[in-house]
Amino acid sequence: MINRILAYLGRHLDRQLMILVSILLVMGLLILFSASGGSVERVAAQAGNIGVALAIMWLAANIPLHHLASVALPLYIVGLVLLVAVELVGLEVNGAQRWLDLGFARVQPSELMKIAVPMMLAWYFDRYEAVLRFSNFIVATILVVIPVLLIASQPDLGTSLLVAVAGFYVLFLAGLSMRLLIGTGVVGIAALPFLWSAMHDYQRQRVMTLLDPMQDPLGAGYHTIQSTIAMGSGGVLGKGWLNGTQSHLEFLPERSTDFIFAVFGEEFGLLGNLVLILLFMLVIGRGLIIAANAPTLFARLLAGGVSLTFFTYVFVNMGMVGGLLPVVGVPLPLISYGGTSLVTLLFGIGLLMSIRTHRRLVPT
Amino acid sequence: MRRTVELRDHQRELYVFQFRLTVAAIVVGVVFLVLFVRLFYLQVIQHDYYQLLAEQNRVNIVPVVPHRGVILDRNGVTLATNYAAYTLEITPSEVSDVDALIEQISELVEVTPKDLRRFRKMLDEEPDFSSIPIRTRLNDAEVAHFAVNRYRIPGAQINARLFRHYPNAEMASHVVGYIGRLSETDYKGLERQGRAFNYTKSDYIGKVGLEQFYEQELRGVTGYEHVETDANGHSIRTLRSILPVSGNNLLLAMDVRLQQIAEEAFGDYRGSLVAIEPETGGVLAFVSRPGFDSNLFVEGIDPAQWAAMNNSPDHPLNNRALQGVYPPGSTFKPFMALAGLELGKRTANYSISDPGYFMLGGRGHVFRDWKAGGHGIVDMHKAIVESCDTYFYELAQDLGIDMIHDFIAQFGLGERTGIDIAGEVSGLLPSREWKEQRFNQRWFVGDTISVGIGQGYNLVTPLQLASATAILANGGQVFRPHLVRHIQNAQTNELKTVEPFPVAQVPLQPRHLDLVREAMVDVTRPGGTAAWAGSGAKYAFAGKTGTAQVIGLKGQKYDEEAIDERHRDHALFIGFAPAEAPKIALAVLVENGGHGSSTAAPIARKVIDYYLLGVEPKPLAPRAAVVESEGD
Repeated sequence: MINRILAYLGRHLDRQLMILVSILLVMGLLILFSASGGSVERVAAQAGNIGVALAIMWLAANIPLHHLASVALPLYIVGLVLLVAVELVGLEVNGAQRWLDLGFARVQPSELMKIAVPMMLAWYFDRYEAVLRFSNFIVATILVVIPVLLIASQPDLGTSLLVAVAGFYVLFLAGLSMRLLIGTGVVGIAALPFLWSAMHDYQRQRVMTLLDPMQDPLGAGYHTIQSTIAMGSGGVLGKGWLNGTQSHLEFLPERSTDFIFAVFGEEFGLLGNLVLILLFMLVIGRGLIIAANAPTLFARLLAGGVSLTFFTYVFVNMGMVGGLLPVVGVPLPLISYGGTSLVTLLFGIGLLMSIRTHRRLVPT
Repeated sequence: MRRTVELRDHQRELYVFQFRLTVAAIVVGVVFLVLFVRLFYLQVIQHDYYQLLAEQNRVNIVPVVPHRGVILDRNGVTLATNYAAYTLEITPSEVSDVDALIEQISELVEVTPKDLRRFRKMLDEEPDFSSIPIRTRLNDAEVAHFAVNRYRIPGAQINARLFRHYPNAEMASHVVGYIGRLSETDYKGLERQGRAFNYTKSDYIGKVGLEQFYEQELRGVTGYEHVETDANGHSIRTLRSILPVSGNNLLLAMDVRLQQIAEEAFGDYRGSLVAIEPETGGVLAFVSRPGFDSNLFVEGIDPAQWAAMNNSPDHPLNNRALQGVYPPGSTFKPFMALAGLELGKRTANYSISDPGYFMLGGRGHVFRDWKAGGHGIVDMHKAIVESCDTYFYELAQDLGIDMIHDFIAQFGLGERTGIDIAGEVSGLLPSREWKEQRFNQRWFVGDTISVGIGQGYNLVTPLQLASATAILANGGQVFRPHLVRHIQNAQTNELKTVEPFPVAQVPLQPRHLDLVREAMVDVTRPGGTAAWAGSGAKYAFAGKTGTAQVIGLKGQKYDEEAIDERHRDHALFIGFAPAEAPKIALAVLVENGGHGSSTAAPIARKVIDYYLLGVEPKPLAPRAAVVESEGD
């Protein structure tokens, strides 16, 4: 009986994704316990977040594909309205207006756009599936640029970049001209020296610090320095769970949120990092396979966009902690503490599951 | 038709999509590979480096300054010790505006202009000190008041430190010396000697005197605590501690009470006294007047005070016993007498008739005796007792400079004694070679004649004179004079004995010694040059007075009252007692004191009275009441 209920509940859940996500979530709780200095409350709070996010994932997985497609436009419009609302009546936290108080909860509309933008684009391209013209790409670009600019003005450069990248992935997968792509890239690189000469000294200084954090070891460079120390001192096998000195002696800032990967690397070493990277690669790989086998253009583009966005999260966070990329506020998917990004990410995973499991039910 | 186009487009679109998905998958793979390579670089190749950084982050190595050894006299009286107290210190590197900070501090605790000057001086001299004291010796109320307001004053902190204290202040300051903050020069010196590991940059080091000479014994070994520290600098726990090893204590041969009596006996006179135990070479008293308060230097001396001391015409910072050079004058005569006897140029009975002058050869160069008209018939005994110059002029001529130099050199005059404080000068015992080297001039017989009465080129330090007197007193045993008798291990209380330190033996015949000693005893008896100072002595008091000319008054009669005080002659006295078995030998020099008999000998008398009899000094009978028979 119970088995039948479980089977019914799980019929739209992709088994492989479910297993991978579960492992990552458990690992996240374990490392959060260490990163928070053994705080049971923190772990319990995150477990609560996970519960909510899993429920949302289950919901997303159970939405039939054609319903998903019809939700795309309203969701995008609601997202835009909320972004404008943030601009007007948003809460200011740490000098940036990102939050909207809905009375029962505070939400970050920019977070919603990470899913809404690829969904919107996928829906838009799906409508013109047969004849994709250059003008379609212009419209699609505008659909991406509007929310990106709104988010960037909050200011939240990290999220706006992630949204832009998510939009770009859909454009790319939809067949954006390679020549245009390469041409834009070349022009962009060629413009850099002119941009550089047009900048103020303080702006240049900021860019330099971004590129070389050691220039400002107690300011902008502090995070990167401490996280590379944590990572490097972990060695091959790590210092062991709960034994990371960089995190436990509070040298590492934001150790349970954006920099939790440094705690992981310090305590579990290169071997642990390898396992973690492989798990993420499997999640992304599974997403790409789902995309490849998706029944409609909308589903393909959405699955591909969501998978690659997930990849971007992982890479940007790990690159930042490892000192490869400048410090931008991007959490490590499924591991970092925090409810909002978890909900967004698991919603995305839910979409992948929906695309996977509703394949045969929808006639093409 | 239209439908086929749509289909073709559809397939083409699917192909494009799958191709691009493959490209994306490859990019994902490559990016993760790059990421992994980066992590491999951090965690494998650079692991040691980052591990070190993590350790440095985490572990703070805090030096624990050892307890500096104390300095005690022969009876256990303390000359230098430590006490714990609070200082308020500023770390200039953490402060942007030092003046504003001092302003803030002075609202909480009193900061005197003197404190401020000292702080500025230290800041100028050693700007990279970790912390510089702005106030020392805070009382409990001040500490509490500051602690409450501490959060408002970053960059300033209260530290408990051990302070050096010299309870006797000025007394024996030239012996004990002082410690002070480690200077850059000190630190470089320690680095050269490979001892810098034992010091931190904000440490103290012996600068002068015993504090400096015995730095290695007194210092001890710095301990270290490895303290685990969090990012806010809070200590979490001590991981490892290496306890400091306390420095060793110095037990001196000096008798502090004797030293005090000697110093007080000088009154307002400048000068020096060195008293030595003849059997061991241990220094019983070591006076250089005026002195200074050693305590002033410990926390860095106030520049105004420093300037005052440095520019004072009395030169309180000069260690006269060690560095002052003076002609020995007539105190040279007993040694000359021994030379004459030992080298066979004189016998006890040999006498001369003294006309009051000595004429060199036939050239008519006249050397005057201090006593116009002369001493009559003079043998060696009388020559010493009355300090007859003519006798010794003639003896000098008979001996010649080479014999004089070689014989007297055995007593250590004109040579560093090797005492255990630094800065000693050698003085000068003239010789033919020396004059040729120094002036590129040959030695004249006339030079020898003035050397015979301790004038001429002769220059000695009071310490050398005292050491030579001790050799005379103990029958020729040459000891290296030493201030420290024992070094006491602070952990085990084990004593390491420094004395005695016999260096050589001067071959002297007992009968010659007896002759000179008997004559020296008669110096302090009626008829002798120091009869006044020796009157009523309850022991055989051997001595010899002397006078050292400050400026040559050629052919003029010396008039003590008429010339400026600072141009008066220096008074000298050497002595030992009891003459038959000497327990103490000393040399006294009183700058501008006039004749040895009137100022130097009474000081010696007071010192010996206390040392041998325990007699506390009382003012001697006024000078005017005594019939003087002044020497030299």
